[in-house]
Amino acid sequence: MHKGSFNISLKNISKIEGHTHLDIAVKKGEAVSAKLKINENKRFYRDASIGMPYKAVPAHLARICGTCSPAHMSCVCEAVERAAGIQITEQSKALRELLLLGNVIRDHGMHLYFFCLPDIFGVDSVLDFDKNKDSLIHNALHVKEAGNLLCSAVGGRAVHPPFANVGGFNALPAKENVQKAIAELKEARDFALNFIELFFEKDTSFKRNTNFVALCGKDFSYIDGVIKTSSGSVIEEEGYREHLERVVMPYSNASAFEFEFKEFMVGALARVNLNKGELCKDTKKDCAKYLKAFPSNDIFYNNLAQAISVVNAIDMSVNLLSSMEFKQEKLPEAKLGKANVGVGVIEAPRGTLYHMIGLDAKGIVNRSEIIIPTSQNVIHMEQTMVGFVNEMLNKSISKEKISMNAERLIRAYDPCMSCASHFLKINWKELK
Amino acid sequence: MQKKKAGIFSFTCCEGCTVVFMELMNKHFFDYKNRFDFVSFRQLKTSEKMQKMDFAVIEGAISTASEKRKLLEIRNSAKKIIAIGSCAVTGMPSSQRNNFKPELKKRIEKQIKQLHQLKTIEPLKKYVKVDLELNGCPVSASQLEKIMEEL
Repeated sequence: MHKGSFNISLKNISKIEGHTHLDIAVKKGEAVSAKLKINENKRFYRDASIGMPYKAVPAHLARICGTCSPAHMSCVCEAVERAAGIQITEQSKALRELLLLGNVIRDHGMHLYFFCLPDIFGVDSVLDFDKNKDSLIHNALHVKEAGNLLCSAVGGRAVHPPFANVGGFNALPAKENVQKAIAELKEARDFALNFIELFFEKDTSFKRNTNFVALCGKDFSYIDGVIKTSSGSVIEEEGYREHLERVVMPYSNASAFEFEFKEFMVGALARVNLNKGELCKDTKKDCAKYLKAFPSNDIFYNNLAQAISVVNAIDMSVNLLSSMEFKQEKLPEAKLGKANVGVGVIEAPRGTLYHMIGLDAKGIVNRSEIIIPTSQNVIHMEQTMVGFVNEMLNKSISKEKISMNAERLIRAYDPCMSCASHFLKINWKELK
Repeated sequence: MQKKKAGIFSFTCCEGCTVVFMELMNKHFFDYKNRFDFVSFRQLKTSEKMQKMDFAVIEGAISTASEKRKLLEIRNSAKKIIAIGSCAVTGMPSSQRNNFKPELKKRIEKQIKQLHQLKTIEPLKKYVKVDLELNGCPVSASQLEKIMEEL
């Protein structure tokens, strides 16, 4: 065991709309704290949204994040609709679900295949694989492209989807694009299924009692449901704000949150733990071996939950696309005239996303609050890191290996696209 | 044939243009891997020291002194700079706070200082010569695809 006192400092871990460092303090052989410092290049989107007409605000706030733009877009639309008394049609709901499913496939795909695969095979980058991994990469790209095609078919584009709007969709997916997406998704399914084994047979694990939180819907919906926790709470979407508490992190530029005054975790692992009964029939059948692992407290199984979620998203979207006949329909109008507040709650790829929008009587935004998944996971990440490092210190694992594994733990949370890949250097500094 | 040295960089933005680029790689991964040596691509690999490059593709606007320094460093290292997306080309929407009303500007003043941001957020061409600009929010996938073909 290491008896010394020192700091583990992971510099420029990555971006969560900016750069992140992780500092772990070890005193007399024991990890005492882990601090994630989020030095985000703030762009004042929330401030700029005040005074905007309600129709303009979803496309504006979606620009907070390119990776998750379909999720932000859908969530802000839902908040605005609830503030403006708009009820969207079943067809619009299905389209919104499909847009999120496309987002889930390409986003989990990016994380699993581009950021985690190199870890599994001991290389730095997906660009470093030699020829014998070509077919593996080919399969990974195929799955990602299927998600990309689905997003593009439904949203008009994979990033900042122009078709999605307050009240529904401006344009419907073209028939040939739907057919193409179905064919690609079906073809990608076996590839996505085969990848699961890699994330099941992992070499690192860390279990920790955790309160998982997720919006749990029928048929594993990403847009409708009730907020459930593994501690047993069931909360309607509108009531979330009484349960989420903002915590100021003086060393970080971002907010952190507690759920019912305790740390918690959101994301794919939370969704599968809390709602696996609602996965698609075919997913349940073909993933039976892996689903036995859930509910799981192993944080590294967030990757496994994502890998299963990709297959489920493929099954869900193929079912939806095959059963829908998209028809042109009139989008519902806003009922303005008095000030109101609306909330949007959805499951973004990385966890529950909350938007609150206040509108005045003319439909001008006068209030805006955003709670993103990564800020909900921050406290849990830090606490888990302390436990994980202590376990490794007790096993006398080398400092280099500890740093590497610490990086992998952060990556397992999938804090943001680039987060996962952008550790510049790791510094060890002895403490006085 | 010697591979061209390439760098992909991201400054203050939503990273959507890099996502567009990475989605292009679904189709062109092996082609790009064969033709280019990515010496800097922080979404995909651990960053190394700045190296000489044949071209640098940059998204995002410049909001801090360290970003400005890095941009100048890229300019000194890259034969060609390609700005992608409206943040890199025009500053907007990342630079929206430049145009806030005086009252709101005053309210965020303290935060800007705490975050070590510059007085204004600016497009790349404010500080360096840019060889090619591809506007759009996000950058158009087909335009970027064409440019990558020609490089």
